Parts: sequence; C-alpha cells; structure tokens
Amino acid sequence: MSARGATAAVMAKEWAQIWRDPSTIGLVLVLPLLLMFLFGSAVSLDTTATRTGIVDRDRSAASRDLVAAFARNRYFAIQEAPAVEPLARAMLADEVRGIVVIPEGFGRGLANGRPRDIQMLTDGAQPNTAAFIAGHARGLLATWSAARLGERGEARPPVLQINARYRYNPGLRSRYTLVPGAIAIVMAMIGTMLTALIVAREYERGTMEGLLASPIPVPLLVAAKLFPYFVLGLAATAVCVGVAIVAYDLPFRGTFPALLLISAAFLSAVLGQGLLISAGTRNQFVSTQFALLSGFLPSLLLSGFLFEIDSMPQPIQYLTYIVPARYLIPPLQSVFLTGDIWAIFWPNAAIMFGFGAFFFWRVTKAIGRTIA
Amino acid sequence: MAGNALLDLDGVGKRFASPGRGAPAMQALQGVGFVLEPGRIMGLIGPDAAGKTTLLRICAGLVVPDAGEVAVFGDSVARLDRSRIGYMPQSGALYAELSVLQNLTLYARLRGLSRELWDERIAHLLDLTGLAPFTRRAAGRLSGGMRQKLAMACAVAAAPPLILLDEPSVGVDPLSRREIWQLARDLAGPETGIVWATSILDDAEQCDDVLVLHEGRREYFGAPAGLAEFAAGRCWSTPVPAENRRRVLRAALEQPTTIAGRIDGGEVRLTLRSVADQPPALGEGAGSAWRERRPHVDDGFAWLLDDASVLKPSAVAAAFPQIAANPDAPAAIEAIGLGKRYGDFVAVNDVSFSVAPGEVFGLLGPNGAGKSTTFRMLCGLARPSAGHGRVAGHDLTTASAEARQALGYMPQKFSLYADLSVAANLRFVAGAYGLAGAHAKEAIERAVENLSLGAFWQLSAGTLPLGVKQRLALAAAVMHAPRVLFLDEPTSGVDPLVRREFWHHITAIADRGVAVLVTTHFMDEAELCDRLLLISQAEAIAHGTPEQLKQQALAVRTAGATLEDAFIALIAAQRERIRAEAA
Repeated sequence: MSARGATAAVMAKEWAQIWRDPSTIGLVLVLPLLLMFLFGSAVSLDTTATRTGIVDRDRSAASRDLVAAFARNRYFAIQEAPAVEPLARAMLADEVRGIVVIPEGFGRGLANGRPRDIQMLTDGAQPNTAAFIAGHARGLLATWSAARLGERGEARPPVLQINARYRYNPGLRSRYTLVPGAIAIVMAMIGTMLTALIVAREYERGTMEGLLASPIPVPLLVAAKLFPYFVLGLAATAVCVGVAIVAYDLPFRGTFPALLLISAAFLSAVLGQGLLISAGTRNQFVSTQFALLSGFLPSLLLSGFLFEIDSMPQPIQYLTYIVPARYLIPPLQSVFLTGDIWAIFWPNAAIMFGFGAFFFWRVTKAIGRTIA
Repeated sequence: MAGNALLDLDGVGKRFASPGRGAPAMQALQGVGFVLEPGRIMGLIGPDAAGKTTLLRICAGLVVPDAGEVAVFGDSVARLDRSRIGYMPQSGALYAELSVLQNLTLYARLRGLSRELWDERIAHLLDLTGLAPFTRRAAGRLSGGMRQKLAMACAVAAAPPLILLDEPSVGVDPLSRREIWQLARDLAGPETGIVWATSILDDAEQCDDVLVLHEGRREYFGAPAGLAEFAAGRCWSTPVPAENRRRVLRAALEQPTTIAGRIDGGEVRLTLRSVADQPPALGEGAGSAWRERRPHVDDGFAWLLDDASVLKPSAVAAAFPQIAANPDAPAAIEAIGLGKRYGDFVAVNDVSFSVAPGEVFGLLGPNGAGKSTTFRMLCGLARPSAGHGRVAGHDLTTASAEARQALGYMPQKFSLYADLSVAANLRFVAGAYGLAGAHAKEAIERAVENLSLGAFWQLSAGTLPLGVKQRLALAAAVMHAPRVLFLDEPTSGVDPLVRREFWHHITAIADRGVAVLVTTHFMDEAELCDRLLLISQAEAIAHGTPEQLKQQALAVRTAGATLEDAFIALIAAQRERIRAEAA
C-alpha cells in the first residue's frame, strides 16, 4: 500500500470538509479581524483626554490662566462649573473622572509668594484613571508654575534632570507592544479551536473507526489532519499581521522569513494542544470549551501580554513557562519593533516546536491503533 | 491453524472495564472460536449487546482480545495488513457532508488502491450500487438504504479478500435489504469471505454458516438449517380469523409452554419449549386445529436463546384506563390530504387515513419515503404544507398543551438525556407531562416495575444497552396513559426477544382502546397491525389490512405469498408506473 497516497487522501478529505463548512473559513478570516480590532482598540494602556471638572473660585487673571492651561492640555477635557456640587453629582454619574478646585485668593497668594494649594478630587473607584489624572495635573501645575516664574525672570535651572529616550517605541505608545501580544492571543485561540473539533468529530460520528480500520499509520493520519489547519493558521496569522500594519500603523522592522519561522513554531504548539484536547475528550462540546479555556485564558493572563511576567509572584512566573504564547510575544515584538534578532528567535522557536512535538507524540498515543 | 482460512479464531475473550459510574464491567466475549474459509458468507447473529461488534472489531484489529488466538489470512492479527480487509462499522463511517464520490475516493485511496485502478474500480462500484446518478450528492442526504450501500462500497473499495460488515441491514426496509444482499454478493469474488453481523433473522437464512452469539458466548456455529433444526417438532400453526388473531397469539405467548409466536399470513404460528408440549387449546371461534410446521431459522434461534421466561399479561397496558368500544366514536387519528414540501422537494404528497380507537395502524415504506414526516406533522412537530391532521380531535400544530396530553410519542432516535440517570429521565418526563408529587411517584414506580427498569435505576441512560434504552423510551411515552400512541420504528436495531416483548405491550395497549400509529421495517410486525398504509416516494400507494395488501400486490404482478413479497411488488409497480409516465 502507499502511505503517501493515503496521507494525501486524508488531507484532501480535510480540505473538502473545510470547504463545505463555512464556519471554519469564518474562524480563520473573520474572527482574527474581529479580535484584532477588539484587542487593538479596546485594550489600551494610554490615557487620552479625561473628562475633568474645574471650579474656579478665585476668578483672578492667574486662575483664568491656569484654567486655560488645563483646557489646552491634551489629557484633559474640561467642564467648568461655578461650584463643586453639580460636578460631584456628575462624578457619581460617571460623567467626569476628577474635579480641580482653584481656591479663593489663589492669584493673590501667588503674587505674595505664599501660594495656596489646588484641590484635586478624583474617583477612587477607578484607581488607574484617578492616579493618571492626579499625575497629569501635578505635571501640568509644575510646568505652569515654572512658566510663570520664567515670565517674571525668576526661573532657576533644576538641579538634576533625567533625559529619557524610549528606544524602539519613541512615542511610548502602548499599542506598539500590545498589538503583537494581541496577535499571539488571537493565534492561540484560533489555533486551539481549529483543531479541537477535528478528532472529536471523527469519534462522535463514528468515522474514526473507518480511518483506524484502514492501513494508514496513526502518525501519518495525525499529520495529514494537522497540515490543512496549519495552513489555515498561517492564513489567520497573515490577517492579524495585516491588520497590525495597515490599521494600527505598526512598523515592521524584521523580515518575513523570521515571522514565518516564529508563527510556524507557535502554530505547531497551539494546533497540537487543540488536537490533544480533541483526541483526549472525544467529545466536540467538551473539547471546544476546554480549548477556549486552555487556549485563551493562560495566553491572556500569563503570557506577558497584559501583565509583565517579571512583576508576577515567583510561583506564577514558573507557571508561565508552560504557556506557549510566552515564547511568541518577545520574538513577535522584536520582529515588529526592533528587527530580526536571531538570538531571541531561535531559542523561543525551538521551545515552541518542542511543545508541538510533545503534543504530536501524545496525540498519536491517545488515538492509538484500536477503537475501544 | 487451517491452511488457507481467512479467519481462524480460537478461545477469544474480551472484558471491558466499567463504562462509568455504577455500570458494571462487562465480559463482552468468552471462549469464542470459528473458522471462515474463502468464498463463504458467515452470519454473526445474536441479540443486542451479544458481542457481535466486539468480535468484528477484533477481526479488524481494532480491539485487542484478552484471551485466545486470532489469525487473519493465516497470520496473527497483530501483523494484520489492513489494506486486505474491508471493514464496515455499524455507523457506516461515512462523511455526511462530503459527496458520494468524495467518500468513495477517500476510502479507495486510504485502502491503498493504486492510482491506475481507481477510475475503473470506482465506476464499477457506482454501477453496482446504483449510485452513479448521485455522485455529487452529500452522503448525509442519501436515503438510509443508499447510505448503507455507499458505506459497503467504501468498505470494499480496494476489493479485499475479507469483508467484515457490522449490521449493514439495520433500519433498512425489505426492498433495500434485498438490494444490499445482492450488492454484497456482487462485490464478493469467488475467494472472498464475508462476515455479516445482524440481529435480523431473515439475514441468517442467506448465509452459508451462522455463528450465534449470546452474552459473549458461542451458542451455535454451523449451517442455518442446523439452527432451524433445534426447533424441529416444536412449531405449530393454525388459521385464525383476523379479529381474533392478536388475542389468540397473546394468550398463547402467556403460556409457559410457548417461547415465541407470530402472525404468519392468516395463521398464528408458535414455537414451543418442548417437543412434548402441545399448543394451547383454542377458544370459541378461534379457528381450526393446530398443525405442526417445518421450523425456520428464527424458531431455532428463539429456542436456543430461550431463557425460560414467560411473558406475563402486559402490566404496561393494564395501567391504561379501559376505553369502552364504541363503533360511533370519532377517529382517534385523522390525516386529511396531508402534504409537506421543502422547497422543490416533496416529502409527503396528499396522504389521508384515519385510525379508530383500539386500532394498531402501521406505516410502511422504504427509507426516506415520507413516513417520519407524516408522523411529525400529526404530532405537531412539523407544519403541513397542505391538508391537516387531527389527533384525539385536536389539530396539534395549533392545539394547547392540554391537548398534547392525549398523545404519547416515542421518536425514532433515542431522545432522552444520555448523561442523566434512568431515574432522573423518568422524573423529568413525569414533570413535563404535569405529573407531580404522589401522582408522579406512582407513575414512575409503575413504569419501572412494568418495564423491568429497576436494575438500571441509577445508571446513565447513555450507557444502557439498546433494548433497555428502547424500554425506557416506551416508559416515557406511556407514563401519562395517553389515548393515542405514536411509535416511530420502536424496534429498529433491537433483537427478536425485545421485539417480542414490545409487541406484546403494543397490542395489549391497543386492546385498552388506545389508537396506536407505528412505523416499522419488519414484516412480522406489520402482520400484527390491524391496517397498513404503504408510503413510497411521498405517496400512499396501498392501504388496507395485511391481507388486502397482499391481494393488491397479486393484482399488479405475480408476487409471492408473504407480506414482504407484497411490499416489494407494490413498490416495484409504482416505480414502473413512474418510469412509464416519464417516458
């Protein structure tokens, strides 16, 4: 018998099934688009203009100037009111996130050299936003008072100053690091989902018995079933990368062969993971749920996508070593932002291929040669 | 080991671990052996869960036995060349969404058929199966009979010398079954051996040898005639007028001397336990004297598997209130010009009939003829495109929930919860029919007692043997004592013993005044119906008592004397008429 012919036959059958099943195509083309836009747009660690109330009780030239400075600043969208009360209600209704109160006598105090403090009320129920507003307000005040002093010829050079430069991401845009991470999440999810169904379906419909009764060796059977989904996974990756470059304006400083290497390595791991779930459960429903949980959640939480691994507690850090996405994000970030750094690519790719090989071996064991 | 035997099994045993909570471990096979020589067809017969599938899987190298020797082509099964066996699993292993041609090509290539032989072999298979006009149709959209033929063609795509078929004729109408047998003979070369697993005893008569399995043990191995011989001197029959047949049969089956019985033509036919036993005395107006008959395979099978149990008067039926016979009572089930189209496809066209209280009415017809659609329209599960149906005076597509209380429905597929226990399933059904508290408890206890479900009380329904599942489904359908009972192939795939028990209940329930509508592919079951409707290609082509159907068949062509012959003749006549109209 010809093992090659049998392998080709199974592969042709998988393609035909994919072709007849529009949901697979949807999974490969539509879901990545959807998820990329979701993750790329909704998840952002940058703050933009925050709706902030301001109450000027002083109404002096200096206080008006400060209000104008807040209004000009791009981090604040100012809503002015004569008293705190309406703004406090607006904060309860989530319409403003903070309130700046300029006290009476602010302008006079400034002129006397005994400046009065500005009050900043923030919504502690939204700690991140509250901290951002307070920080930005502090920075704004420092700049503003420095400028006022300068106008009066009293400017003094600061004692020490840090001159920060953000390499590879000069604008310090969190999107630059988040989008490659989002690609990893999307690929992990689609990769496991693609293969989670395919062996379970054969068992549920009884077609596995027909395949096992045929002469094809199990490793070839698994490989033949896997290959079409590997190609589909690469297509989904291409969609993700396209969205990243076109819609999110990410630089692509590496090369495509490098991208292909790391995507192939990652896909081998996640497709293998899905396949193992599928072969282990032999039940499409359980398999899908398990694939979603095991593919999506660890990738989201433990890959370094949202939370930096270095700041996790030590035991959790150990746990991240078994999440394949952990090994994809650094090379993916460098292929976008830095360029080809083979010192990062090779070891990570090797580990991911290692995952793939392990899963493949377990799958052939789980299927075995017998039915019962 | 025999010289050129295809299969040589000796002392084969297999034990399966418990499939789940509470279910016991199972000894699937014990000490089974047989030899299959080239050119022979061996029937593997036995009741449900006898170990037939396990034995076939062992021969195909899909299950490793715990004990015994298995030689395939004179060599150990561990070194089996899988391209030389054609194994058709019970599921058929077809890809429903792929076309006929894609399925065939896949299996031809999988089994290592060489490229040069492809086209010729596939064309040959398409020709033999009659599937050539449907090469592009998805396998899932074929009728049951055509699907089985395709599955068989896939199994033998590479012309293997050994063919293993797991219940190829289950759930298939008599006409398709004949065609499937013809196909198997056409596909087999002179040196090909076939193992044909079945629980249908008509199949056994066609085999060269039969192996009877029961609870994992070999009960008989030899020629079918030898199996029939077990019942020699024990078979009796007598002509009985139609209105008394079911009553006479049921009374006879409740005698400790009777193993099995059926209605055969105009006669009641019995198989007795002992040669010394005499058939029970006939009552008033029940016909003439009993005469001894030549035994058939099914008589021998019944004797061989006899567990000395005696059918008791049906307690299931006794739980129904007696509805007084009233000749003026309105029909319990009425179909008036029922029709259903799906787009261009006509599933049912202008079907009319009515069923009186206390009547057993059988819907017969090939797979895909429209029986189940007719059923679903009457139950209110599908909306008719034309005409209407009434059940117990209500149109169920619009009727209220209370009106549905009058109906008990047992669907063709097992429709209870596989992962719930028998107890939980029954409690759910009781609740769904509005039984609560003491009423529900009483109804459940009665159902469990009457259908002997007590031993399975805590087991998941999905792990039950098929026969027990069907009993559970029947329990669920009759728990609320409906006035109308719908049974859609209630005995498909179950063995003769369970079938006998089922029909014992069904006929007794009808005698309580309940109208029973039933579909079946078994002609011995059709004989138990008061009236029959034969549906083929969406149309009702014959209507009447079993006797009248045979007469109608004789009118269109010279058919044999059995109901099966009539079935086939009437459908063949319809096909000829359609062909003539098209020409």
